[in-house]
Amino acid sequence: MTAALRFDPIRLPSECEQLRKEVRAFLAEEIAAGTFDPHQPNREDTDVPEFSRKVGARGWLGMTWPKKYGGHERSFLERYVVTEEMRVANAPTRRFFVADRQSGPVLLKYAPENIKMDILPRICRGEICFAIGMSEPNSGSDLFAAKTRATKTDGGYLINGTKIWTSSAHIADYMIAIFRTSPPTKENRRHGLTQFLVKMKQPGIQVNPIGQITGQYEFNEVVFTDHFLPDDHVLGEVDGAWKQATSELAYERSGPERFLETYYVLTELVRAVGNNPDTRSAEGIGRLVAQVHTMRRMSVSVAGMLQAGKEPVVEASIVKDIGTIWEQQLPHRVRELAAFVEETATNRETLEKQLSFAIKTAPKLTIQGGTTEVLRGIIARGLGLR
Amino acid sequence: MAESENIVAETAEKIFADLADAQTINRDKRGEWKAPLWQALTDSGLPLSWVPEDCGGSGASLAEGFSVLSAAGRFAVAVPLTETMLAGWLLAQVRISSPGGEMTVVPASPKDRITINADGSLSGRARGVPFAKAAKHFAVLASDANGGSLSMALVDAAKCRIETGLNLGGDPSDVVTLDKVQPVAIKPAPKGFDQTRLMLMGGVARSLQIAGALESMLEISVRYSNERVAFEKKISKFQAVQHNLARLAGESAAALAAATSAADAIANATSFDDEVFLEAVAAKIRCAEAAEKGGGIAHQVHGAIGFTVEHILHRYSLRALAWRDDFGSESYWAVELGKLVAVRGADELWPLVASR
Repeated sequence: MTAALRFDPIRLPSECEQLRKEVRAFLAEEIAAGTFDPHQPNREDTDVPEFSRKVGARGWLGMTWPKKYGGHERSFLERYVVTEEMRVANAPTRRFFVADRQSGPVLLKYAPENIKMDILPRICRGEICFAIGMSEPNSGSDLFAAKTRATKTDGGYLINGTKIWTSSAHIADYMIAIFRTSPPTKENRRHGLTQFLVKMKQPGIQVNPIGQITGQYEFNEVVFTDHFLPDDHVLGEVDGAWKQATSELAYERSGPERFLETYYVLTELVRAVGNNPDTRSAEGIGRLVAQVHTMRRMSVSVAGMLQAGKEPVVEASIVKDIGTIWEQQLPHRVRELAAFVEETATNRETLEKQLSFAIKTAPKLTIQGGTTEVLRGIIARGLGLR
Repeated sequence: MAESENIVAETAEKIFADLADAQTINRDKRGEWKAPLWQALTDSGLPLSWVPEDCGGSGASLAEGFSVLSAAGRFAVAVPLTETMLAGWLLAQVRISSPGGEMTVVPASPKDRITINADGSLSGRARGVPFAKAAKHFAVLASDANGGSLSMALVDAAKCRIETGLNLGGDPSDVVTLDKVQPVAIKPAPKGFDQTRLMLMGGVARSLQIAGALESMLEISVRYSNERVAFEKKISKFQAVQHNLARLAGESAAALAAATSAADAIANATSFDDEVFLEAVAAKIRCAEAAEKGGGIAHQVHGAIGFTVEHILHRYSLRALAWRDDFGSESYWAVELGKLVAVRGADELWPLVASR
């Protein structure tokens, strides 16, 4: 059999607990000041630029990056604590989250020095927002079917085509996208795509909002028409994006955001049930708490492996697979238990509103950032089945 | 895993590989494998891992003992190794020396109570006691008549009434009745030790065994899917089968993470607070759920052959299901955890989860 799965019982080191106190105190201040409402689900179309700048000023963006780029050279486990506390508090992280988790690390690895010096410090200060341009109208999970063209021209490339389902494109300052620079070859259908840095809000880029079933306008269609990108905006190897895509996924797939998206309904259920629950409520809550504890221990374990320089691709995919299914089912389990909550519970209305939003959010959780089907394919490969 | 845990676990693995091979055991209708296995385990000091050397044991750490239990789960070992380890651990809390031979713990359910009579004898009934019939001695946790102060006692099994039964896996799960039984030795429990603590220790042991059994179920299911041909190709090439096995890997991973985290928490605990309680009961709950979901997939992948007594799959799948019932079922602990969370209040839930 293939190498056994590892989930060592990693504990967060003591510096994380001091940091956790600081983050909680900061969030409590922001809540008191009215910056956001912790009982209001994290609406992803909420854009709060001043909150991003404050988080940056605290040193909580680019935490693991080198200091010369504005980073703080702290551990992945410290970043983990900041991420989970923000998520559980329903803090408005949309503006900086993608840049901090994903785009920054890509730039660190593949961008030329002048671009790193220009952009990374601004991410760390919470000044700029990133989008990711992967999906196209006829290319979703099948990433390597992308058709949007980057045609070589003097000093750069001309971009033509359409990206879709692009979160935050309407507020983003930059996008990291893959474009077709060559046709695929017979031997390698993944050949011919190149990763680029795109500056948004420029001529030749049109962003069209798309309404979601939650009532939000959070993702978009992005149409490129003869948009010019200079040569130094190529990230990594021309035609070789397929070599670069996989190693980042472990970071993207195993974080606390992969099982805490609807967590707020559990907290609110406990509040509604009160301190003397009947057997049914107690059992339901007990199981959900046991499950979220287990998810978190798995997720922390993967963070520990990343910190140790390992590439736990299969373990990370497992965390996202069972984590997203858990957070997808959570509002439905809470709804079943909430049916027996006393009419007199003071937070009944809040719980009902939250449930309505969470149930509408649920379907996307097993689609975004790698579908359940794609993840299970990766796990199956790790098991030696394909 | 620390170096010493490796050595102890490797010793156990080697004995199991030599003397507890599932295929061999499955073919042995007369149970002739049992005596040599128990002898080898005894010779290596594993049953009394958690007993200090000056109480007749081998003085291994909690962590080392837990690694033995994981290995025992991977081999679905069907001798009272876990039970003897737990009994030795219970007696060692009050420095009662462990005798040789098989032991088990009484009670083995959070609902059963053994009481101390005025004359110092013990009475009570305990259901679902694993391997009681095979044990020479019981490590008993008993309370005085008003359910107050607790004591640990060593009891001669021959002095108790035992109604034999079998669990889902076909291993002994018996009803033990003590009727004014004079213990061999008895001492008051250390301050703070209660029956919950014994149940949680037993529950974590069972969680590790379930996680180990799931690891093996994943391994043999993957292997089988790469051998079995249907519709002119290996069934591992069907996406439906691949996705089922990916789910089994997820359940196995969840059980492993929950159980090893709980074992680590207990091994490093200075007191049994809410945080250790969360770790221990969450492991029992999540591992029990994984035993159902994961075991179900392992059977589905195997088809009819996995439903036969000749095939080894049932040795793992049925034991994993049976182990759910010992030391408090997942439903029982879910209610207890739910009550604890409710009493702490909504705003203390996340701090509890994040404390681990």
